[in-house]
Order: sequence, then structure tokens, then C-alpha cells
Amino acid sequence: MSALLRNLLLAAVGLFLALPLIVVAGISVNQGQQLLFPPKGFSLSWYLDVFAASDWRNALQNSLFIAVCSATLSVSIALPLAYVVWHRGGGIARALFAVGLAPFTLPPVISALGFLVFWINAGGYGQMYATIISHSIFLVTLPLVTIALGFESIDRQLIEAARTMGATDRKLFATVVLPLIRPYLISGFAFAFVLSLNEYIIAYMVSGFTVETLPIKIFNALRYGYTPIMAAVSVIFVLVAVIVFSLIARFGDLPKLMGAWSGDT
Amino acid sequence: MSDVADIAAFQRHARPGLLLLWPGLFLVVFFLVPFGMMLATSFYHRIEGGFFEPAFELDNYARLLSPFFGKVLGFSLLISSLAAACTIAIGFPFTYFLTRLRRPAQVRWLVFILAVLSLSEVIIGFTWSSLLSRTAGLSNILVWVGLMESPQAWFPSFQAVLIGLVYIGLPYSVLVLYPALSRLDRQLPEASRMLGASPFQTFFRITVPIVRNALVTCFIMVFVFDLGSYLLPQVLGRPEHWTLSVQITDQALFQANIPFAAALAIFLMLVTIGLVILTVVVGRRRAGA
Repeated sequence: MSALLRNLLLAAVGLFLALPLIVVAGISVNQGQQLLFPPKGFSLSWYLDVFAASDWRNALQNSLFIAVCSATLSVSIALPLAYVVWHRGGGIARALFAVGLAPFTLPPVISALGFLVFWINAGGYGQMYATIISHSIFLVTLPLVTIALGFESIDRQLIEAARTMGATDRKLFATVVLPLIRPYLISGFAFAFVLSLNEYIIAYMVSGFTVETLPIKIFNALRYGYTPIMAAVSVIFVLVAVIVFSLIARFGDLPKLMGAWSGDT
Repeated sequence: MSDVADIAAFQRHARPGLLLLWPGLFLVVFFLVPFGMMLATSFYHRIEGGFFEPAFELDNYARLLSPFFGKVLGFSLLISSLAAACTIAIGFPFTYFLTRLRRPAQVRWLVFILAVLSLSEVIIGFTWSSLLSRTAGLSNILVWVGLMESPQAWFPSFQAVLIGLVYIGLPYSVLVLYPALSRLDRQLPEASRMLGASPFQTFFRITVPIVRNALVTCFIMVFVFDLGSYLLPQVLGRPEHWTLSVQITDQALFQANIPFAAALAIFLMLVTIGLVILTVVVGRRRAGA
């Protein structure tokens, strides 16, 4: 009875979450221009268009480039900060850590408007580097949290052992600490990458009309005329997220990363 | 004792100043400075045509007191709390059952939940507007099954906005509740069952009280998350369903009134910070109890 109830609820929630994705997958294979469900005919030409139509391909390239750069940048900000907080703490490090958690806690519109005002004054408005830097700050919370988790999971006795054998700080970091936190570094990067790909409001406010990303293209299409390419892009984004998070789960401990004690089930 | 001395020696060797330079530079220049600029801009004077000039006036804040923005705020708080309540009503039992599954099954669910959570609000707006549309929507399935005469458009409407907010809030609530529920002591419910309580009684009498604080925290976090939705009310609703976040975007981008948008954003931030402090207070009480 209780098992039936459980499976029923799990299935219902799964269906609720999957339903819009199923419909969009159906729309994406329509043969004609219209967005119909169930689809009329079957064609993968809209998927080809994402790569072949020059405006969509351009947005795809922008999105990928921005996501790789900003994820790299945010990991490079998060790693030394999380290291200092774990290594010796201190007021400044902790305060900076708190600042790093803020952008993701506040409603995104607030950060977006802050970036807009900043780049108008600083002169980077409409430049791709402005989008990259803004994304790296907005998303820094993710690598910060995962890397901090990684440092916490290191057994202090390992460090003592290495020190007893005469390892210097630098050597210790390269040979003991870095290999241990590598999965956390990679998942921090992956989270920032996927979220940068999907981020719309900051990219739009900072350089909406000159640096078009895929979410901006979809937003414009929402306002000025639907096309099945939107559905194809949505399906691609879902697949990218599923693949990336599956890889994290494959090479790391996803339940532990999400905050469960490991090894209890 | 030597452990402590070792760690202390290890810690003395580090030079945090140099290491903090890079993150400090970025967080101060590209986060705190923009914030200060936005705060300053909220007092600036708007000039017709989308520009603004430095000034110190409270006009932008005074406009917040107008009945129109009072209504916008009231509506934002109403729909966000309603959506957060619905989200938790589904998300709490769901997460509870999720944490009781075997680990590989949990991992599969988590991958799916994370994928939905990371989806752009633009994409979610598009998918739900398709799902509720006349040409590609659910109503087509109901017509096909024979439950309806002809397909219908179910948006724009209040219900559509509410469903959209529950959709984005649900995966978020699962991630917020997951740690607390997966650390829940399994022996307590078992003991309750052995003493003769039904699963239903056990859930409401034992499990719910234990995680009450986690639930309150989750409610506030989902509420803030829904308050931050900037697109769904616009895509799935009518102008009277626009929330504070949508108004900020609209003022900044389409009305070209950045000083007023900044005042709205500062106001939204104060509301959010107030709620976050509330979460911390609830957390403290949990730690104390």
C-alpha cells in the first residue's frame, strides 16, 4: 500500500516535470513551420538548422564560448578563495566567501541590473567580455560551494602524514590536495558551464542586442514569432544538461555532493 | 598535541594575502562596485529619452508608494507564497520518498532534477506556453481521448503563471530538502511503525515535526526563488500578473528608466535580505533545539 502510494507520487512528479519536455521534443520534429503536437510528419531538419542557419549558429558559438570562459574564470576565482578559507580562515577570506555566495542567493534581476549599470559606466556595455565576466561572478557561488565541500572532505591525517615526511606547502597542494579535490573542481566547472549556457537575463541586460546567445535568440523568437528551431534548441539543452550531470554522477558521488551523508543506503 | 602543532605550523606557512588578490579583485570590482553604482543610480534623476544624470532625489522611491506598485508588490508576494506552498506540498513527500530509494535510483532522479533545474527560464516559458497552447497543447490530447470537443488555449492566465512557478520551484525544493531528509534517522519511523502507527500517522506525527525547521527554510527559499522569476509571469500571464522582477526588467529594458528600475531592485533586495535573515534565525533555533 505504502509502496504503491510512493511509486504513484514519484511517477506523477516525474510526469509533471517531463511533460513539457516531451511536447517540445514532439514539436521539434515537425516537418512544416508550424508548432504542432502531435507533430505532422517527421523531420530532423530543425536540428540541422541550429547548426546551419547562420544566426542560430552564431548564437550557439557565442553561448559555448561564453560558457567555457566564464566557467573557467569562476573556478579560478573560487579555488584560491575556498583554499584560503579552508587552510587558515581569517575574516577577510570569510567575508569574501560570503560575497561570493550572494549573487546566487538574490533574485537574478538584481545582479543583472547591477551589471548593466556597471558596464554602462565602465564602457564594456555590448562587449562579449562583459557578459563573460558578469557570468563568472554570478555563477561563482557554484564552484565555491562544491570546492569548499571538496576541501572539507579531505582527511586531515593525510596532510599531517605528508608534512611529517617533509612536504612543502606547494608540494602538498600539488600532490595531495589537488588530486583529492579534482572531482569537486570538475563538478563546480560543469555546474557553472551548464548554467551559463542557460542564463538569459544577465546576458540580455549586459549586451542583449550585440552579443546574442541561444537563450536570447529564444526570447526574441518568443516575442516576434515562434519557430520549431526553438524546440530543437530546448531539446539540445536538456540533453547537454543530462549528459553533463550524468558524467558528474559517474565520476563523483552525486548524493554526497547534494548534501547526503555518503554510504548509508 | 603534535597534530594541533602540525596543523598550526602548516597554516602559518601560507600567504593568504597573495592568494586572495585575484578573487578579491573580481568580487570587489565586479560585484560590490556594481552594487554601489546601482544604489547610487536609484537616487539619480531620469531625463526623457532613456538617460539619467547624477542627483540625490527620493522620487524613485516615492513612486514605490503609488497604488500601482503597491498592487504589484501585493500580487508578487501572493503568487510567490501560493506557488511556494504548492511546491512544498508536492516536493516534501516526493523528496522523502526519493531519499528512501536505493542509491542508483536516487542518482538517476537527481540527474533528471538537476537537468530540469538548470534549464533556462526562457526555455521553460516556451515549453509551458506550447504545452498550454491550442495548437500543440494538452487539450489536443484530451480531444484525442474524447474528453473535450475542441482544443483550447489555457494561457495567458493566473493558473498558467502559478503552474510555471511550481515547475521551476519543484526541483529547487527537492535540492533544498534533500540533505535534511536523507540524514533523517531511519530508526524513528521504524520504531513508530513497530508501536503500531500507520504509515500515514508516522509521516505526520514523527517525520513532519522533526523536519519542521527544514520545511520553513525551504518555504522561504522557494518563495525568494519564485519572487526572482522574471519571465514566466510575462510569457504565461497578462500584464496584471507581472511580478516585481518582471517590472524591474521592463523598466530597465523597455521603459528605459534605469533609476526607477534600480530603486525597485534595491527594494526587492531588502525584501529578500529580510527573508534570508529570517531563514538564518529559523536555522539557529534548529541548532539550539
